[in-house]
Amino acid sequence: MANIWSMIADPNMQWIFLGCTLLGLSSGVIGSFSYLRKQSLMGDTLAHAALPGICIAFMLTGIKSIGLFLIGAGLAGLIATFGIGYITRHTKLKQDAAMGIVLSSFFGLGIVLLTVIQHGNYGNQAGLDKFLFGQAASMIGSDVITMSIVCIVLLSICTLLFKQFKLISFDPGFARGLGYPVAALEQLMMLLMVVAVVAGIQAVGVVLVAALLITPAVSARYWTNKLSLMVILSGIFGAASGAVGTLFSASVSNLPTGPVTVLAATLMFGISILFGPQRGIVAKRLMRQRAKRRFAVQREISIHDNTKKEAAL
Amino acid sequence: MSLTKALSKPAGSTAAPSPLSVNGLTVAYQKKPVLRGVTFEINEGELIGVIGPNGAGKSTLMKAALGLIPSIGGEVLVYGKPYKEQRKLIGYVPQRESVDWDFPTNALDVVMMGRYGHLGWFRRPGAKEKAIALECLSKVGMADFADRQISQLSGGQQQRVFLARALAQDAKLYFMDEPFAGVDAATEKAIITLLQELKRQGKTVVVVHHDLATVQDYFDSVLLLNVELQAYGPTEQVFTQERLQQTYGGRLAFLDRSFQVPAADSGKGV
Repeated sequence: MANIWSMIADPNMQWIFLGCTLLGLSSGVIGSFSYLRKQSLMGDTLAHAALPGICIAFMLTGIKSIGLFLIGAGLAGLIATFGIGYITRHTKLKQDAAMGIVLSSFFGLGIVLLTVIQHGNYGNQAGLDKFLFGQAASMIGSDVITMSIVCIVLLSICTLLFKQFKLISFDPGFARGLGYPVAALEQLMMLLMVVAVVAGIQAVGVVLVAALLITPAVSARYWTNKLSLMVILSGIFGAASGAVGTLFSASVSNLPTGPVTVLAATLMFGISILFGPQRGIVAKRLMRQRAKRRFAVQREISIHDNTKKEAAL
Repeated sequence: MSLTKALSKPAGSTAAPSPLSVNGLTVAYQKKPVLRGVTFEINEGELIGVIGPNGAGKSTLMKAALGLIPSIGGEVLVYGKPYKEQRKLIGYVPQRESVDWDFPTNALDVVMMGRYGHLGWFRRPGAKEKAIALECLSKVGMADFADRQISQLSGGQQQRVFLARALAQDAKLYFMDEPFAGVDAATEKAIITLLQELKRQGKTVVVVHHDLATVQDYFDSVLLLNVELQAYGPTEQVFTQERLQQTYGGRLAFLDRSFQVPAADSGKGV
């Protein structure tokens, strides 16, 4: 326990803690919308697509900064979504197959580029391979400031356009009928997802960052039937996962932050699926048992009545 | 400004523009058009049924008129102007299956979505919108279900929620895509009452409809469609066995026995 307290007192640790918590918060919020739009796996595709973008950004500039990586990853994500759109429109392939193709080819390219960088003469390439599984400890003050800005922008947009995002997630046809620029708003949501993914890559890694988009949102759905509450809960679950992940990985040596964060989110999912009111497994089973008992009691009463009647006859 | 407006109207036309005038509308998803050169103009304050076989382009006509899908030719005018400028005058009831009813929201909230077009870009629906939404829910007999999670409603109740949402739009021209499809008797009755109520208020309602047996009871005018416009006009004139045979091809044999459709030229000699 004293160990944890001394860690929290460490200013460097505070930065990392803040960064991971903000990351979980923003991923949870934007993840809710992508989950409801059945676009959960799009986050995974965007994350994998980000790797070559980040590598190319580094190769061109030789600088490691989240801001630059954001641009590279954003462009790569854009190309990936266009690729998926092109494949689904012009072939008979469905979206899942198209995503699989794009995801794996971008990731393959990313690994190749990463190897090229490792063997190149950049001088400061050390640590770039950490993007695969993430290393929160490598975060510095300026990264956290970038993350905070990203988080604030993302939360403000989701708050201001909550009405639009909600309608588009539920009934895009009706939204179009009202005159909302649905395609532009969908692109904006995609962009926010790219931003959340890229901000998260450093801490959680390319492979696992999608989990922060999906798991908190799915968990939150088990606790409420109200979208606004679900989005807030999802943000809280995400933030809590980030916080737990940082504390745990810092206190136990050599535990990577990303995987621990994801496991923390998964634990919350497990609790949600079991104990969520109404939708949870336990609640459902209890409900069924209660119904069964009520039915049994009713039948007993009617049998009892019948025998009485027969006796009277 | 006023001069150009005056000039754009045909000289001497003093009558109010039609709620919906469609001119040469053509839509193609792939190579083959699903709608070809459809032209008609509807009268204000009527209930209009759009009838035709599967794949005739009924829903497509509605979606193209609403601007939900692009057309490759022709124009659609709503009260004399392109629909883009008239969105607030149009209400829309999509097919019930077009959305995921497991969405985390309740009936009242869905109905309030009908008010979004009247709210500013960033304004949240408030007490006024809530009151309107509740009123619309009670008009379709769903006031008791306002707080009900939408996945826990029956199919007919979900349909009524969609109708209430369209009511909340407070439009003058309504499009309804198969509102009667797969609903229970209570909902069917609620929809009919609602249609009559809308008509009394002078609204115009275009309904994609499947059940030929009820066409004569429900609609003032009928639009027969099979890729091309087959016929359009008052129900008693257009809804004839001959025209239906023409619209449905040979697939309407059952009509001869099951339903009493007035034959176009048989008169009262039978």
